[in-house]
Amino acid sequence: MAADGGMGHATKRREDVRFLTGRGRYTDDYTPAKTTYCAFARSTVANGKINSIDTSAAAEMPGVVAVFTGEDFADVGGNPAGWLINSRDGEPMKEPKRPVLAHGKVRHVGDAYAAVIAETLEQAMDAVEAIDADIDELDAVTNMADALANTDTLVHDEIGTNQCFDWGWIEDNRAATDEAIKNAPHVTTLELVNNRLVPNAMEPRCSIGEYDPGTGDYRLTTTSQNPHLTRLLISAFVMGIPENKLTVHAPDVGGGFGSKIYHYGEEALVLAAAKKLNRPVKWTSTRTEAFLSDAHGRDHVTKIELACEKDGTFIAFRTETMANVGAYLSNFSTATPTFLHGTLMAGNYTVPNVYVNVKAVFTNTAPVDAYRGAGRPEATFSLERVIDKAARELGIDPVALRRKNFIKPDQYPYASAAGLEYDSGNYDALMDGLEKRADLAGFEARRAESAKNGKLRGLGINAYIEACGIAPSNLVGVLGSRVGLYDAATVRVNATGNISVMVGAHSHGQGHETAFPQVVADMLGVDPMSIEIVHGDTSKIPFGMGTYGSRSLAVCGSAVFRATEKIIKKATLIAAHMMEDKPENVDFTDGEFAVKGTNKKVSFGEVALKAYIPHNFPLESIEPGLEETAFYDPANFTYPSGAYACEVEVDPETGKVDICSMVAMDDFGNVVNPMIVTGQVQGGLAQGIGQALLEHGIYDENGQLLSGSLMDYAMPRADDLPNFVVDHSHATRCTHNPIGVKGCGEAGAIGSPPTVVNAVVDALQRGGHDVDHIDMPVSPARVWAAING
Amino acid sequence: MPKITMNVNGASVSAEVENRTVLSAALREEMGLTGTHIGCDTSQCGACVVHVNGKAVKACTMFAVEADGANVDTIEGQAHADGSLNIIQQAFQDHHGLQCGFCTPGMIMSAAALLKDNPKPTEAEIRDYLEGNICRCTGYQGIVNAIMAASGQSAAIAAE
Repeated sequence: MAADGGMGHATKRREDVRFLTGRGRYTDDYTPAKTTYCAFARSTVANGKINSIDTSAAAEMPGVVAVFTGEDFADVGGNPAGWLINSRDGEPMKEPKRPVLAHGKVRHVGDAYAAVIAETLEQAMDAVEAIDADIDELDAVTNMADALANTDTLVHDEIGTNQCFDWGWIEDNRAATDEAIKNAPHVTTLELVNNRLVPNAMEPRCSIGEYDPGTGDYRLTTTSQNPHLTRLLISAFVMGIPENKLTVHAPDVGGGFGSKIYHYGEEALVLAAAKKLNRPVKWTSTRTEAFLSDAHGRDHVTKIELACEKDGTFIAFRTETMANVGAYLSNFSTATPTFLHGTLMAGNYTVPNVYVNVKAVFTNTAPVDAYRGAGRPEATFSLERVIDKAARELGIDPVALRRKNFIKPDQYPYASAAGLEYDSGNYDALMDGLEKRADLAGFEARRAESAKNGKLRGLGINAYIEACGIAPSNLVGVLGSRVGLYDAATVRVNATGNISVMVGAHSHGQGHETAFPQVVADMLGVDPMSIEIVHGDTSKIPFGMGTYGSRSLAVCGSAVFRATEKIIKKATLIAAHMMEDKPENVDFTDGEFAVKGTNKKVSFGEVALKAYIPHNFPLESIEPGLEETAFYDPANFTYPSGAYACEVEVDPETGKVDICSMVAMDDFGNVVNPMIVTGQVQGGLAQGIGQALLEHGIYDENGQLLSGSLMDYAMPRADDLPNFVVDHSHATRCTHNPIGVKGCGEAGAIGSPPTVVNAVVDALQRGGHDVDHIDMPVSPARVWAAING
Repeated sequence: MPKITMNVNGASVSAEVENRTVLSAALREEMGLTGTHIGCDTSQCGACVVHVNGKAVKACTMFAVEADGANVDTIEGQAHADGSLNIIQQAFQDHHGLQCGFCTPGMIMSAAALLKDNPKPTEAEIRDYLEGNICRCTGYQGIVNAIMAASGQSAAIAAE
């Protein structure tokens, strides 16, 4: 093992140095020679019929070199949904075309219907103002129940409904679940809203299209979490550019949280414009455009029922959910409320019956897709809120009720009632750890102290499980995925012994340049600083599926592991040849190959050099070179789990909630870099607390986004958040990937919202207020209203 | 277009800018200093904080022509002359005070301004001061810990 900087070491991040000195290279930092600038005309109405778009005045404006409308893209393909979901009756989901530019109709505020390319950005923006668009405003539909009930107002006229699909999971369990609930001694019911969120990565989206008429090659530099998928979508579905003639390059990416997984129309537009103009075309989103056009997250309305015995033994969970998909299907939008949500509705529990119904609904709002956690926060919130309510109705301690129903450590692998097979975990150990780290025994004393100060103190508990390491292609293929979700890595040992590792995952803040070398260094016994990660450029890396779903280390890291194993195998052959012995007699430890029982040895560096100077090689058995590629497709999801506790103080005079403590006990399996893992959890907690207390993407009935700027949308600031206690010491290894890792990127955002809301409701109830639930964000106004009836 | 001359990170720099060009755009587009980032259009995010005549300024709130003749310090000028990280930058690396790095230049420049005025801030003072700098990745704890460390104080809860 590498003494320093190998697996398990809190290695400081090497990429930090360029970020800390202003030398990061984000997409907007690139401006190729002779760049032109693009600005979009976006709809100001939520639903409208486009009668005409007169661009003649705009085209005459100073500096303008081209104007595009939806008409120019009428003959190219639409941006597709990546998962096919079938309704309960077997009907495929409705898939209306998502065009590059709106054509015929605009369907949400911010829907782009024209684009101007000019010599300067200011000229392009000025010319957008000169576009004369005759658009008849139509009634808009933003509320999901209204959208399902009212077919006079349609987002997509051609499909005759606003329902995308009506999905049941598992449909064969429906009758048994209904029967179990009907006959149950106790049923707790809760209706709740999972509030719409705007991802707000700090770097706005940006795309630069380039075209080389000499070779016919296109180049797209863009803010993407997965450049290969973007290339595939542009090539195979939207524009028909041959994949081998299109390079997609995502350089440093300033956060994503899901919103940069997807292909967006702006990317296709800058490519088409670059070809037409034979000049680079650059578009940089403003924050306002980000609010209006980035894929949003969550936005579910759910009714959940928990049936149980009088002693608290769970019998069944049944949910009915409406999931907002917005005006168009974004790439993962149909997977998020279904297979990333419904399959988790057994939680950490030995409940025998689960049935989930999800109706996906088109509305005149921005598209909704996967945002940090993606379906799993929605599942966890529903489960952990209704369990808390049941605990109070049954008079059972919330921790005891969860423990009573936990899957036990000797029950793995465990087939959940929602169709997944959990491979490992120990939820009681997590809860034991939580009780200590959060000092649950001392709560009552702290509550009394708060009461002396006129504050209502509450304690919220939560347990969660998530399915990460997305995803086994065999499994997701059955579930409707139209792509495989493997990942890939190439390990290239250069002649002088340093190493380039080309990976399909792409960091947008996760520290891959530091963590992946830790894995390779550990295996090869070399200095991690001799290993360089190459990512984000389809012309340099093998075809991988990018970074989301806490998958990078579990899936791509496993590909790195497998490729490194191949390197060791090949290097062993070379070493045996060099030492004139049989490969089976050669051991490899700490960066040295040695013949067993002798003092013959060669270093890894010597073998690397020999690989490229293959004098006297037995070429029939050993090829020159030392470079290996592995594609890794996992056998199962990974199942991170955790137990969280939050204490809040509520000011009964104002309804303001202060978070006093937040403790996260997570099981991520093996941990490669504990510093990075802790940082991922802290960031997830901040976003989860943001959802619980602050953030809300609110549309009015006319489809105007009321919280459409950083002045109106309450992003968590430093003084909104506490210090977090993060502990990942209670780990059970993932059993099916070679590193034993489960993934940590989303946990904090999944586990924290119900923890916070449970704490607020607990505070109010202990304060004598008859409050069952408050919808997120639990704002002072909502808390005050709950206290004051 | 007006010609402006500024002293940026110790070197005299001139550029022709439109009257409406803001300082953040001038630094990025005219002077190639892309370390100053633009994360919003309402002066909320703080990714573009620079120092103008020693004071922290959101560079998107100031026209470039207003900075004519000024001393401007940006993230590119913060490291030591030999290229090594200064004490605040080093503390951010040591305490995992950044992830995607996009807000980081503004955070470093704000932290430097804070510590100039208040060399030993409390944790609450740090969190209050950073109200105008948004980070979406870290949950701020690594940032707060880094600023505490850069001011010679130990953090409330160290990174694990």
